[in-house]
Amino acid sequence: MFAPSMVTTWEASAVVAVVAGVVGFFTVLRGSAFAAHALPNGAFAGAAGASLIGASELVGLGVFALGGALTIAALGRRARNDVATALTIVVMLGLGDLFLSRTTEYAQEIYALLFGEVLGVSGAEVVPTLCIAAVCLGAVLVLYRPLLLSSVAPEVAEARGIRTGRMDLAFLVVLALTTTAAVPVVGSLLIFSLLIGPPAAAGAVTRRPPVAMALSAVIALVTVWSAIALAFAADLPVGFFVGTISAVVYALGRVWATWGPGRAETRPVTVRPPYDPEPVDTFG
Amino acid sequence: MSWLIAPGFSTSAPVHVALVVGGVVAVITALVGVFTVVRGQSFAGHALSDIGTAGGSGAVLVGVPTLLGYVTMNLAAVGVMEVIGIRRPRGRDVATGIVLGASLGLASLFLYLDTTSTNASGATVNVLFGSIFTISGGTIPVVAGLGLVSVALIAVVYRPLLLSSVSDDLARAKGVAVRRVGLAFLASLAIAVSLSAITIGAILSTALLIGPAAAALKLTRRTGTAIGLAAVLGMAATWLGILLAYDSASWSNGGQGWPASFCIVLVVFVVYLVAAWASRFTGRRRDPAPGVPDPVAGGRTPVAAGNG
Repeated sequence: MFAPSMVTTWEASAVVAVVAGVVGFFTVLRGSAFAAHALPNGAFAGAAGASLIGASELVGLGVFALGGALTIAALGRRARNDVATALTIVVMLGLGDLFLSRTTEYAQEIYALLFGEVLGVSGAEVVPTLCIAAVCLGAVLVLYRPLLLSSVAPEVAEARGIRTGRMDLAFLVVLALTTTAAVPVVGSLLIFSLLIGPPAAAGAVTRRPPVAMALSAVIALVTVWSAIALAFAADLPVGFFVGTISAVVYALGRVWATWGPGRAETRPVTVRPPYDPEPVDTFG
Repeated sequence: MSWLIAPGFSTSAPVHVALVVGGVVAVITALVGVFTVVRGQSFAGHALSDIGTAGGSGAVLVGVPTLLGYVTMNLAAVGVMEVIGIRRPRGRDVATGIVLGASLGLASLFLYLDTTSTNASGATVNVLFGSIFTISGGTIPVVAGLGLVSVALIAVVYRPLLLSSVSDDLARAKGVAVRRVGLAFLASLAIAVSLSAITIGAILSTALLIGPAAAALKLTRRTGTAIGLAAVLGMAATWLGILLAYDSASWSNGGQGWPASFCIVLVVFVVYLVAAWASRFTGRRRDPAPGVPDPVAGGRTPVAAGNG
């Protein structure tokens, strides 16, 4: 399990987990779980298309993830976000179906792309993942304040001159980049679980954004590493363990929030707009 | 006519079954879809088609009918979503996400066990994508029966469902059991999605659930009219897509046609874009005047509506 060939796996999955934990914090806060599912899932069509024309899988993933993000943002201006996301994911998957029908060799790789092949990560694959992950973390750091405000209280953000539409688009682009970095390493199923489970658990335990973000990254890291170890030991798919551990961690977070110590402090993040006496509950 | 309809279209048995099953499914999902869009539950509607995969692959493993696995899994999933908290818009998002993540994990386990025990490498692709041209004629009664159950569930709670979809608070004030009505709707959604995902695949299931309904709601405000319009649009898109897929095989010399899923999705998407464009001229705006409950916004606050 700790052989030299496995070092890359531990490293790559750690990078992906930390980015997913941080970006996932905003995903849960903004209620963008559908987009977090749609982009990784739809982007596989790009990988299939790239293999068809002989281009790099990573480029195909990137093009489709970014294209999906832009489509969701464009359609979302005149419709509800969830409808825009649903239409985008079916178009992306429809294209994937078309690409797959043109080739007979790719069927085997669908499973790998959807469910990940963490145990087969090569050293060459880690470098682009690392670069894109750094860009994601940098973008979140730069956009931290306006992104947080527009997520929690869009009206207040607008009043302060933050263009919430642009924040939406910026966040979707970060999500697309996260997708591009993570899908070749952990697959689209794993990255979705990591974007939702750990941040939701962290959000149930603490309501202070920086703490929740850090905690979410730590939980994501522990989730991935223990999932890989268990998968290795039991010889079962990693995706099963990541999905299950994420759900269990979320359930524990909810239990903690309800019965744990310091319950009085775990009130929702309250942003009180001057005209609204009701606090805005930011977490589900 | 042969330029419009390739020879053999009207005599091909798989095409007949595809037209019948596709049409029935399109009508059922259009009805359920209008409420799905109005209530802002598109994510749940899509997620169920993926969640069902876990049930489907699990059913293959234990040797029971796939459809039974789908329906059981989806009904269990909406129950868990309801317990976690699907009522509040943001809680709903997380609840759906957690259940979807865990179910996909289960699906990966079952698919892995399926492929190692039966060595059917194509199983993954079949469960995920389905194909409208490979449905056997024997499934038509099952599809129609389950579809009736789904539609009947909605018919029973139609009025209170409509009221609680437009305004939860108003419905509660009028004495509607909002949770029970919501759960009845989710059960109907679970059955409709199982049925469409297993016959026409997960992609088409979401496309036909959301696309025609969203297009119809762009064009009319009245729920009854929207349901009728969505059913017509859904059925037309399905049939046109099937025709396109059939014809496309004859365009390239003896080559492969386009997949039916792709063609139908394409038509649905174009229909939606045209409806969205046309809505500019009918004065059907996204944001209603203050105080006017907008069925599409679900009568919620802008905070919730913007992040649905």
